[in-house]
Amino acid sequence: MTQLHITTRINGDTVEFLCEAEETLLDVLRDRLGLTGAKEGCGTGDCGACTVTVDGRIACSCLMLGAEAEGREIGTIEGMATTEALHPLQQKFLEHAALQCGICTPGFLVAAKALLETNPEPTEREVRYWLAGNLCRCTGYDKIVRAVMAAADDMRRV
Amino acid sequence: MAPRDDTGPREFRIVGTRPVRPDGIDKVTGRARFGADMVMPGMLTGAVVRSPHAHARIRGIDTSRAEALEGVKAVVTRRDFPAEVPEDHLDVLDNCMAGDKALYDGHAVAAVAAISPSIARKALKLIEVDYEELPHVTDVDEAMKPDAPVLHEEGGDETVPAAVSRNVMHRYEYGHGDVEAGLAEADAVIERSFRTAATHQGYIEPHACVASVSPDGYGELWVCTQGHYMVRNTCAGILGMDEGDLRVTASEIGGGFGGKTTVFIEPVALALSRKANRPVKMVMSREEVFRATGPTASTSIDVKIGMKRDGTITAALAELRYQGGAYAGSPVQMGAMSAFAPYALRHVKTIGYDVVTNRPKAAAYRAPGAPMAAFAVESVLDELCQKFDLDPVEMRLKNAAREGSKASYGPTYPRIGLSATLEAARDTAHYKAPLGPDQGRGLACGFWFNFGGDTCVSMNLTPDGTVTLSEGNPDIGGSRASMTMMAAEELGIPYEQVRCTIADTGSLGQNEVTDGSRVTFAVGLATIKAAQDMIRKCCQRAAQVWGIDADAVIWEGGAARPAGPNAGKFAPMTLAEIAAIASNTGGPIAGHHEANAEGAGVSFATHLVDVEVDPETGAVKVLRYTVCQDAGKAVHPAYVEGQFQGGAVQGIGWALNEEYIYGEDGRLQNPGFLDYRIPVCSDLPMIDTVIVEVPNPGHPYGVRGVGETSIVPPMAAIANAVSRAARVRMAELPMSPPRLLAAIEGSRG
Repeated sequence: MTQLHITTRINGDTVEFLCEAEETLLDVLRDRLGLTGAKEGCGTGDCGACTVTVDGRIACSCLMLGAEAEGREIGTIEGMATTEALHPLQQKFLEHAALQCGICTPGFLVAAKALLETNPEPTEREVRYWLAGNLCRCTGYDKIVRAVMAAADDMRRV
Repeated sequence: MAPRDDTGPREFRIVGTRPVRPDGIDKVTGRARFGADMVMPGMLTGAVVRSPHAHARIRGIDTSRAEALEGVKAVVTRRDFPAEVPEDHLDVLDNCMAGDKALYDGHAVAAVAAISPSIARKALKLIEVDYEELPHVTDVDEAMKPDAPVLHEEGGDETVPAAVSRNVMHRYEYGHGDVEAGLAEADAVIERSFRTAATHQGYIEPHACVASVSPDGYGELWVCTQGHYMVRNTCAGILGMDEGDLRVTASEIGGGFGGKTTVFIEPVALALSRKANRPVKMVMSREEVFRATGPTASTSIDVKIGMKRDGTITAALAELRYQGGAYAGSPVQMGAMSAFAPYALRHVKTIGYDVVTNRPKAAAYRAPGAPMAAFAVESVLDELCQKFDLDPVEMRLKNAAREGSKASYGPTYPRIGLSATLEAARDTAHYKAPLGPDQGRGLACGFWFNFGGDTCVSMNLTPDGTVTLSEGNPDIGGSRASMTMMAAEELGIPYEQVRCTIADTGSLGQNEVTDGSRVTFAVGLATIKAAQDMIRKCCQRAAQVWGIDADAVIWEGGAARPAGPNAGKFAPMTLAEIAAIASNTGGPIAGHHEANAEGAGVSFATHLVDVEVDPETGAVKVLRYTVCQDAGKAVHPAYVEGQFQGGAVQGIGWALNEEYIYGEDGRLQNPGFLDYRIPVCSDLPMIDTVIVEVPNPGHPYGVRGVGETSIVPPMAAIANAVSRAARVRMAELPMSPPRLLAAIEGSRG
């Protein structure tokens, strides 16, 4: 078994790891680095529970190889809150009861954060289409959409 | 201490507010540990070999090459499980690991444990299974024919008529009156046949567990499940262990909707761990979830209803045929019981057939059996409304079951809220809003029994006066918040002073599964009673300090207070003050309650939906949706709304997109989220909710379960809306674009 040595940055920290060539970035995050916030709901890029950012763009970490992280800047749910405070999206998800079981929540939050960085004033329709790659089976999406709109509103006021 | 009077209306301090859930921060920061997030020292990876055939005799399994692969630590087949297991666990074992026959595409036949996932995957390919393919059947009506391929030679029980296939396992019948006489009184009788596809619960978290069995036979299991006590009892039964020798801890659970009320990989992981003498982690892939866990039944239903011109239903009859996969136990019984439950009928009869086919064993799915029956019944009612030009709400109000009505499944209802939900729907702006071209509005009612069951709760007072609440039901949608709220409400202390934990099976007595919409009702009831038990003990401690009779102490505002002739003689003692001196007044203070909870009030809902049909493509867009449901008393209204919204949207998927598609070869053709399409954010509008509160007389706060009723009306409501918009009655689900387009084109002649 030949393993690859990879150097990357995750949530601002330089990280080195060994992985097999076939391992996905999601496998590496979860099984080698202990970053289990990203979830595997499908392994085929359909559910978005494994959403991370790669150089600022959202990606399904189940569709990327661990080796492809070499030299990239990876962002995961574990890097979303600062040491002082939750991200406004995290706060609004709590206040709006935008999660029931919570398994899809990390993926939604990472995806929504990327949306608000791209488009600080999204319409409901824009929110719905941006998040169409993230499946939630509990909420019917209503409270998720409201939470994202409320966070956008809050962030514009700051 | 005088117990509180629970009978009158009461003002709530915390119940009815919307605090942040106690497990919330962990879930928005990625800290929460779900099934697949656990690691144990020395852990192996387990994986399962599954049948590629819909029906096959297993002539032999050669595991020698897999066992010889470096890094493989154990291989198990059915031979590694006891030959004799308790009767009630036999089907579950056979479903977790096939015996003589593989009964469906995806049926487990062997499993391996290896030092890495990649070695485990390689080992799977080295296991050689010698199959003899057998004829198969996956359709419910085909499976009932006398010449259909037979799954189980022994066939059904004594309730099954002689002329039908041995695939019919049981026949149910409910009702009262004389249906023929009732039909004769009608001004019109409509009879229609309906079909619904099997759908999957679609929880986003695949099944996952970590098992560890040590050489002394003691086992530990970490698992995502709706009921870790059920997992303990079932796995112990299957593996020949004493229940007390297996301690099961429930992880956070990433959705279940009924699908995690049984076991699949858990006994296999334990068997692998026992054989390898190492902990074993097993995580299903999404494909395995679709192929081998429990979807709901596909169904074929005939409904016949007679009605007078004024809207009075004179008689109602339904025959329901549900296939529940490869083993007895489709949810047809509850379909037959619930079909006409919303209505007060003089003449009613339902017959249900439980049928086996070469599909995965059905598991519960949110109000199991009821949504399909409601789809059929509420569709015929809508057609009768169209025929007589009746308002759908007024027709239903005319026939609605009320307090004192005899339900079609037997009991007489206590206070219920069906009419209140109908009136709420009628009073919405939605009901009166104008519709555009190719748009239609549908309305339907739904019912669910709700459930109580075995419940054991323990509440402990810490030395600083914090209350730790231990309960035994996995929190699938915010129940720790509602338990915390009810405990704080009863104790008269702030929400923040209570901490709720889901205890493992070693820490509490038996708890029923998180199912039947039972948790907020039954665990809430036990929590309130445990709080009352703790209050009683606190009052005794205060009485002891004050040197007065315990009966002369009341609990008010979170403190013990002298009452009666002693009123005002001593300063009140708060929970924290009582806790601080507990060691000197008799030791630690705890409250308990254990019961088989009864009095779960039934729940009704009325759903209202507007759709737009594209006559060129058959595509349906849901424009507006309103759920009106009786919650009895909403403890945390945001999570009650969430249950309403989530159920409605699962119903939208069931109505419009979702279906298990089998090929001629009996293999599932769409085992993934790309081809089994659940609703996504951009498919949907906001889901409006009206929480109706008709208190449940069986709960001190009036709580009714809310989790399941919300999926009962949607398919009917949407079918009624689509049928009105497209001017053709849709009687088969899903109403996918090709099916609707064919119906539209067929109606044009």
